[in-house]
Amino acid sequence: MKSFIEYITSIFKGVWTLLVGMKVTGKYVFTPWKHVTHQYPENRDTLVMFERFRGEVIMPHDANNEHKCTGCGICEINCPNGSIEIISKSIITADGKKKRAIDQHIYHLGMCTLCNLCVKACPTGAIVMGQNFEHAVWDRSKLTKVLNQPGSKISEGIKE
Amino acid sequence: MAFNIYDFTTLTHNIHVGLAESFSPFVATTIEWVIVGVVYLLFVALFGLFLVYAERKVCAAFQQRLGPTRVGPWGLLQTIADFIKLLMKELIMPRKADWFLYNLAPFIVIIASFLAIAVIPFAKGLQSLDFDIGVFYLTAVSSVGVIGILLAGWSSNNKYSLIGAMRSGAQILSYELSVSLSLLTMVVFAGSMQFSTIVEAQRDAWFIFSGHIPAIIAFVVFLVAGTAETNRGPFDLAEAESELVAGFHTEYSGVKFAMFFLAEYINLFIISAVAATVFLGGWMPLHFGNFESFNHIMDFIPPVMWFFMKVLSVIFIIMWFKWTFPRLRVDQILTLEWKYLLPINLVNILLMALVVLTKFHF
Repeated sequence: MKSFIEYITSIFKGVWTLLVGMKVTGKYVFTPWKHVTHQYPENRDTLVMFERFRGEVIMPHDANNEHKCTGCGICEINCPNGSIEIISKSIITADGKKKRAIDQHIYHLGMCTLCNLCVKACPTGAIVMGQNFEHAVWDRSKLTKVLNQPGSKISEGIKE
Repeated sequence: MAFNIYDFTTLTHNIHVGLAESFSPFVATTIEWVIVGVVYLLFVALFGLFLVYAERKVCAAFQQRLGPTRVGPWGLLQTIADFIKLLMKELIMPRKADWFLYNLAPFIVIIASFLAIAVIPFAKGLQSLDFDIGVFYLTAVSSVGVIGILLAGWSSNNKYSLIGAMRSGAQILSYELSVSLSLLTMVVFAGSMQFSTIVEAQRDAWFIFSGHIPAIIAFVVFLVAGTAETNRGPFDLAEAESELVAGFHTEYSGVKFAMFFLAEYINLFIISAVAATVFLGGWMPLHFGNFESFNHIMDFIPPVMWFFMKVLSVIFIIMWFKWTFPRLRVDQILTLEWKYLLPINLVNILLMALVVLTKFHF
C-alpha cells in the first residue's frame, strides 16, 4: 500500500516538476522583448554596450586637449603581455624644474587581452576601457595606436 | 459553382457531378484521384516547410534568439531555400548498403504519413477518406512508418543508424499502445470510430470539456505518447544528435533525407491534428452551452481556421516539450511507458466507461 501511495505521488511530483520547467521556458517565449539577441549590423546606430564592457584601452582627453597621464610607466610594468610601451620625455616646468612627462603612450591592440590590469594600476586614472569593439583593419600595423593625442599635455593638478 | 467556406460538401459534390457528366466513370474517378493526390502533395510540402520554419522560430524564441531573419521577410523563405539546396544535393549511398531496402525505406516512411493524413477532417466535407473505422485505420497506418525506420537503419550498413533504428522501433512500438488506448478512451466516450461523427458529436461541447477528468487524462497521455511516437524531443533518442550523429537517417542525403525530414514534420501534424479532432472538437467552433450570441460570433470564424488554430496550438505545446525537457534514457523511456502511461491508461479507460455508463458527463 505504501509503495502504491509513493507511485501515485511520484506521478504528481513528476508532472509538477515538468510544469515548473515549462513555466521557465514559457517565460522566455512570451516575453520576446526581453530577448538578449541583437540584430547586430542593423542596430549599429542604436547599439549601446553595457558599462563594464572592455573594448579597448583609451586615454580620455578633455576640451583643452589635456590628459591625466604622468608617464610613470606603471601600466607598462603591469601589462602581462607587453602591449603598452611608454616613451617619456623630460620637460621644464614653469618654475624651472625638470620633470618627466609622456611623449608617446604606445598601445598594441593586437596583443592586448583586455585584462584591465593597466586601468586598475593607473594611479591617476589616465587610461580607461573604451566600448568600441569594431577593431577589424586591413593592416596589422594599424592596431598599434598612440593613445595621447598629438600636442596634448598633462592637465594641471595631477601629482605623480 | 457554389463555394461555401463553412461547408465544403457542395463544392466536392459539384466537382464530382461536373466530372461525371463530361467523362466516363473510370476517367472521372481517375481525375478525382489525381486532384486529391496533387492537393495533398501540395499541402504536405507547403505545410511541412512551414512547420520547419515554425520550429526554428519557436526554438529560437525558447532560447532567447531570433531564428532565421535573412531570407525573405522574417526569414519566411529560409526553408524553401533549404529545400532547394537539399534537392540539388548528390545522392550518396554507403558501400555494401542494401540497395533495394535503402532506397525503399524513405518511401515507406512518407507513404505511412500520407495514408494517415487522408482521414483527417479539415472542415465539413474536406476529408478524403471518411469511413466507420477511421480511428482504427489511423492507428494502423501510422504504425507502418516504423518499418521504414527499421529498414533505413538496417540497410544503411552503419552501426549508429542501426542503434538509432532499434531504439526508435522499441520506442514507437511501446508508445503505439498508449496512443491507441487513449484514442480508445475517447472512442468509448464518442461511441463511434468515424471522424466525421466524432467531430459532429462535439457541436455543443468539445470532448475535453464534456468528458472532463478522464478526457483530460487521456489528452495528456495522448500528447506524451504522441510526442514519443513522432520521435521528437524529449523522446528523440532515436536520432540523438549527441550520441548517434542523426540516428536512422545518418547515411541519407538529398531528396531521400528530405523525405525523412518531411515525414517527421507531417507526423507531428498528424498527431496534433488527431489530438485537435478527437479532444478539441476538430473544425467545430467553440460553443458554450446557452450563450447564443457568443456561439454565433464563434460560428462566424470558418471551420478551416478553427482546425488550423487548434492544430497549431497543439504543435506549439509539443514544441514547448521539445525545447524544455532533457532527453530521456532508453530505460527511462520504457519505464515511463510500461510502468506509468499504460497503467494510467487502463485505469482511465475504466473510468471513462463508468462515466459513460452513469451518464456523468455534459
